[in-house]
Amino acid sequence: MIARVHVTLKQGVLDPQGKAIANSLKSLGFSAVSGVRQGKYIEVELAGSDRESARAEVQDMCERLLANTVIEDYTIELDG
Amino acid sequence: MKAAVIVFPGSNCDRDVEVALTQSMGAPPLMVWHRESEFPAVDLIVVPGGFSYGDYLRAGAMAANSPAMVETRRRADAGVAVLGICNGFQILAETALLPGVLMRNAALRFICRDVHLRVERKAAPFTGKYTEGQVIRIPIAHADGNYFTDDETLARLEGEGQIAFRYAQPDGAVTPSANPNGSRANIAGITNTAGNVLGMMPHPERLADPALSGTDGRPMFDGLVEALG
Repeated sequence: MIARVHVTLKQGVLDPQGKAIANSLKSLGFSAVSGVRQGKYIEVELAGSDRESARAEVQDMCERLLANTVIEDYTIELDG
Repeated sequence: MKAAVIVFPGSNCDRDVEVALTQSMGAPPLMVWHRESEFPAVDLIVVPGGFSYGDYLRAGAMAANSPAMVETRRRADAGVAVLGICNGFQILAETALLPGVLMRNAALRFICRDVHLRVERKAAPFTGKYTEGQVIRIPIAHADGNYFTDDETLARLEGEGQIAFRYAQPDGAVTPSANPNGSRANIAGITNTAGNVLGMMPHPERLADPALSGTDGRPMFDGLVEALG
């Protein structure tokens, strides 16, 4: 099973990298860009097939290491 | 005083701290490899600057879970003094020994230069040799020093006197233009509520010898020796 984890900055936390990316996109001519938020994507390969326990385990991973919940939110998708 | 310096793969200020401590203590500190969970009893543990684990995932995130840091956290809870400098501050924030987090600098650049700090609080064991309101010159060298915490925690830090240093003008004025990295409330260093854990982005160990063009960092190490015996 593969867990796909997205880690993004919480709403309200300034994202200077996202802002710099938005400015670059605008200078490339993408005038419709009104904002960019950037983050991390992490794939975790897991043994076993119990989706419920896998989700609980990945959630624990996010809380303890993959995300810093002071400034970041995370979402988990399970595949396979 | 007996001291230990934790050494991670990627630490690069461990030796600077060793030299500064040796100068003030008269004897060298113990250097502890990050895999060690057992090391002799000490009065001070220093978590030095550098790029532990190459800053993978987030600065300090991997180091925070190393055996030496698990032990450091246990000892800090028991009252042992812990000083985190630069990457050490990031690690202490990741272990939750200190509140908040050090984000990417607001201008997205690595900054390496001297800054002025206003000493917000004179308190043993870390700032007892400074005076309140004193302005000192200390170098910074970081890409992730932008201190962030929520409004509630910030109010608590202010209320409990946990802010040790703020970025300031040479005359001590705390202004937005004196803030090099976007830190909330110009915060350069904070302590925990008990006062035995200090994290700071600037490097006092880099200006603790006249040969390095300044000694404003030395009172911190002399003060630790005085306070911790």
